[in-house]
Amino acid sequence: MLLSEGALADPRSVGPQLGKPVAAAELTVIDRSIYPDGRGLPEGSGTAAAGKSIYEAQCRSCHGTEGIGGSGGQLISRGALTGKEPDPAINNYWPYATTLFDFTRRAMPMAAPGSLSNDEVYALCAYLLHLGGVIGIDDEMNAQSLAQVRMPNRDGFDWVDAKKPSDRPQAVRPGKSVRSSGSMAQPVPSASPGS
Amino acid sequence: MTQRRGQIPPTTAAGNGLLDRRGFLKRGLTLTAAVATPAVAADDPQRWLHTPGAPFSNYGQPSEQEKGVIRWISANREVHGNGVSWTPLEALEGIITPSGLHFERHHNGVPKIPGDQHRLFVHGLTRRALSFSIADLLRYPMRSRLCFIECGGNSNAGWNAEPLQTRAGTLHGLASCSEWTGVPLSIVLEEAGIDSEASWLVLEGADAIAMNVSLPLHKAMDDCLLALYQNGERLRPENGYPLRLLVPGWEGVLNVKWLHRIELSREPVMARNETSRYTELQPDGRARQFTFVMAAKSVITSPSPGHLLRERGIYEIRGLAWSGQGKIRKVEVSADAGKTWALAELQKPVLSQCFTRFRIPWQWNGQSAVLKSRATDETGTVQPERAKLVAERGRAGYFHYNAIVAWNVDEEGEITHVYA
Repeated sequence: MLLSEGALADPRSVGPQLGKPVAAAELTVIDRSIYPDGRGLPEGSGTAAAGKSIYEAQCRSCHGTEGIGGSGGQLISRGALTGKEPDPAINNYWPYATTLFDFTRRAMPMAAPGSLSNDEVYALCAYLLHLGGVIGIDDEMNAQSLAQVRMPNRDGFDWVDAKKPSDRPQAVRPGKSVRSSGSMAQPVPSASPGS
Repeated sequence: MTQRRGQIPPTTAAGNGLLDRRGFLKRGLTLTAAVATPAVAADDPQRWLHTPGAPFSNYGQPSEQEKGVIRWISANREVHGNGVSWTPLEALEGIITPSGLHFERHHNGVPKIPGDQHRLFVHGLTRRALSFSIADLLRYPMRSRLCFIECGGNSNAGWNAEPLQTRAGTLHGLASCSEWTGVPLSIVLEEAGIDSEASWLVLEGADAIAMNVSLPLHKAMDDCLLALYQNGERLRPENGYPLRLLVPGWEGVLNVKWLHRIELSREPVMARNETSRYTELQPDGRARQFTFVMAAKSVITSPSPGHLLRERGIYEIRGLAWSGQGKIRKVEVSADAGKTWALAELQKPVLSQCFTRFRIPWQWNGQSAVLKSRATDETGTVQPERAKLVAERGRAGYFHYNAIVAWNVDEEGEITHVYA
């Protein structure tokens, strides 16, 4: 591409080429990206009923009863995006359900991020999406169904400093399915939460 | 009669006492006169002239008398590692923020990463997936540049219905400026080989939320640095040790700290911090997304809330201006709430995407005054009045507040934050 050629022409851009090849197996471990089309979602599944009990034990102390209140971010909105006191939350603001899985898995609970299993994360997604009226109480969330959830505010965003991709259809590739059930297989970097 | 130096009446530049910006130096106007003290050993009150001083130190610390100059912290009451700390802009001078006072935004604490175990992975739409150790990166060609980093949420109290009464730093100090040194990101991306389909990078940090965010490839190839040094020394832990990304002029969240993974992709990953957060809800219910560039902005750091003008006389109005779009072209200052404006002196260097220090002398006559500063950058972008910004964006957007800041000086010399 053009930019690359320009950079290569600059002698200062030549490095000592010390990058080491990464084996595919290692990539599978470190690559935790989950895209809006579902790429990267792992195996596993969960429902709102299972999610409710996990939520009560792991999430409610910071996020309040049924996702309202608490010191953490508000999860569920009963309000609107317009008016004097707009009330954005997951159910009425977030454009993609895949983001909910991704962020919950990588960041929650904050005292032990990465400690939830993929089944637990799917169950929490199901519970929160059900609380927000996005899916039914018995809808099972898994790699296929979560990616198909159409969030109400999906088209509510205008890109300011980036161009939206062209309308060319993008093939939905099979997910990176090799994921251990124990969620992130990579050791979580040592941190000092609460310090 | 010939006027002698120091006797020339100051030239008025705008209403309510603003003086010509060149007056201070030319005419030798001074705030206070220093009193020379003769050194007499026996009963010299300056005892430190006559007793040996403290020994050397391995790493210098600020004077104990400056211990009040600190980052002000606001953290979540349940999760103490989730919050911010502000740079005390009102207590600092020049354009460089001391590393220990650089603002912080952490989502779940500061990780303690052994530098020899850290790896940067580059993969995705590349010819090959590569990993780099810090020792590897230290051998690559480096560049230094002075650059501000500003959190997209800086100054968000400006959206409040009433002006928040606090210091300039705790209002606008989620912005700091350092000299950053590191490896041009383009070199490492080229080494991995960029697939022609790639147009975005997904960046990920090695903190306890594995903070991820997407960045357009063109910016990565343009001027981003894999920063290893800040102000001449290796990064502080709270600024990303051992590796962070520097994304000049773009919002702070993209300058990923503890950077350990770069994935090239066709599209943004739609991470939480580019959908739920760092997007701006507008009055019509739609939201601005991928608002990357920090717009032109300025704030008077002195005098500012918390300072006290003890007597009428000449003061230097001092402040900072910056723009993610380029250099600051001019800063105007008003002492009458924006009725009239005067050009402030821009202190060199004036650099792109860097703090610029501005100064202008002001004769305070003891009456109340409203001080404002207005930055214009080289693209012609003018810092807007608050009323205009709120009319355009509403008050629920939270991020990217860059309106003109107004300080009221009352007759007692006390300074408050006002909307005016």
